[in-house]
Amino acid sequence: MSIKRKDFLGLYNTDREEIVSILNTAESMKEIFTRTVKKVPTLRGKTIVNLFFEPSTRTKSSFSLAAKRLSADVMSVSKKMSSVQKGESLLDTAKTMEAMGADVVVVRHGSPGAVEFLAEQLSARVLNAGDGAHAHPTQALLDLYTIKENLGQIEGLKILIVGDITHSRVARSNIWGLNHLGAEVRVVGPNTLLPVEIEKMGVEKYTDLDQALSDVDVINILRIQLERQKSGLFPSINEYIKFYGFHEERLMQVDDEVLIMHPGPMNRGIEIDSEVADGKQSVITEQVTNGVAVRMALLYLLAGGNPEDAEIT
Amino acid sequence: MTLNSEKRTVLKAEGIQRILRRMAHEIIENNEGTEQLVLIGIRTRGVPLARRLIAMIKEFEGTEVPLGILDITLYRDDLSTIGEQPVVHKTEIPFDITGKKVILIDDVIYTGRTVRSALDALVDFGRPDKIKLAVLIDRGHRELPIRTDFVGKKVSTSQNELITVFLEETDGEDKVFIEENNY
Repeated sequence: MSIKRKDFLGLYNTDREEIVSILNTAESMKEIFTRTVKKVPTLRGKTIVNLFFEPSTRTKSSFSLAAKRLSADVMSVSKKMSSVQKGESLLDTAKTMEAMGADVVVVRHGSPGAVEFLAEQLSARVLNAGDGAHAHPTQALLDLYTIKENLGQIEGLKILIVGDITHSRVARSNIWGLNHLGAEVRVVGPNTLLPVEIEKMGVEKYTDLDQALSDVDVINILRIQLERQKSGLFPSINEYIKFYGFHEERLMQVDDEVLIMHPGPMNRGIEIDSEVADGKQSVITEQVTNGVAVRMALLYLLAGGNPEDAEIT
Repeated sequence: MTLNSEKRTVLKAEGIQRILRRMAHEIIENNEGTEQLVLIGIRTRGVPLARRLIAMIKEFEGTEVPLGILDITLYRDDLSTIGEQPVVHKTEIPFDITGKKVILIDDVIYTGRTVRSALDALVDFGRPDKIKLAVLIDRGHRELPIRTDFVGKKVSTSQNELITVFLEETDGEDKVFIEENNY
């Protein structure tokens, strides 16, 4: 089973079968972490480039580690340290990397659609590591994997996504993925942070956290993107904490088995308190570990074979 | 498209079982017991064969030797030439192989490339004292300098023949047969 397209841009155009295949492959990849030698020779001779136009700790290092554990050669280019500072365009930067022999280009960019644009222009395979508020498919895949590993299945589960849905590519990608796998998705947050007509994506919309929490299996707490809150989408941070912040008392409302997830980076004391983030129900560090396995699976399924044999996106 | 015809049965259920009992005895004899012995089956059909050998060794010696399961997909040497990526299954070796006497088990040995991959994989798990190879069928035509230590049955084949092992656990019945591979 390969991914039958040149690029991997998002879960919106990935079908259920492909998602299941990626998750199963990730399970096999995770076993490698338990070995004495945590490396397999699978992608020897392949070159993978991380092209990051936005800051990132976990996604970038996770992709690098995933590529290295598969024995690929890895290069990383970030906006600050590159000729982008001298005015080189996105496309020229990417083409430069391609000219050096990149087989796969992993792209993060602040503008939605930038990754898709590169995918159309490059003959190398392009993998979306987050584009604006649009999509972040590998985050959603690692979330799906973590849920499945902990709860055994995804179908029929009630998953609540809390916070700034409007600005969140994580939320969108999770909604696409979870819907493909038959989960029931709810979103909750202040009305100003919920996109108009979000229900059309196949979710239930709540503004009252207590109502939204009823009967849930998983709570995925999003980061409040403080850098995007200058326009005053909610009155104050304190008010957000009061209505949507997760502290120990809030957890008392839900079952002991409910999983607490957060894509990171966390604003401790705002959307999530340390007692919750580091508590028994938290799978936040597992998410990070699983991210490497999921990205290995994706690189394996995408970087092998011949891109010319792949169907058009 | 491949058309297969002219099935010729090489072994039936009783034959396979008889051979496996002999191989279990040979493994014990060669190892002078079950000390440090571990069996690692190569997916797919090496795994049920390893399970059967472990059950027989237990019957003869009273000790249950550990089972490992090895998937060699990530170590294949043809990943960049084949079109579709093969499915990666899980490797499960829940013990340290360092210092162990490992018997690697597969259903058929042909070119030797699977065994080469398996050897590469095993050294990533530790440093076994010895690795030996047991196969149910040796059909010849090696492309690498790899030899067997325990063989169920040698079968002469031509390269345009296919030899298939069916096992109860994976295919619903035990049998080994040859097909002509017509292109």
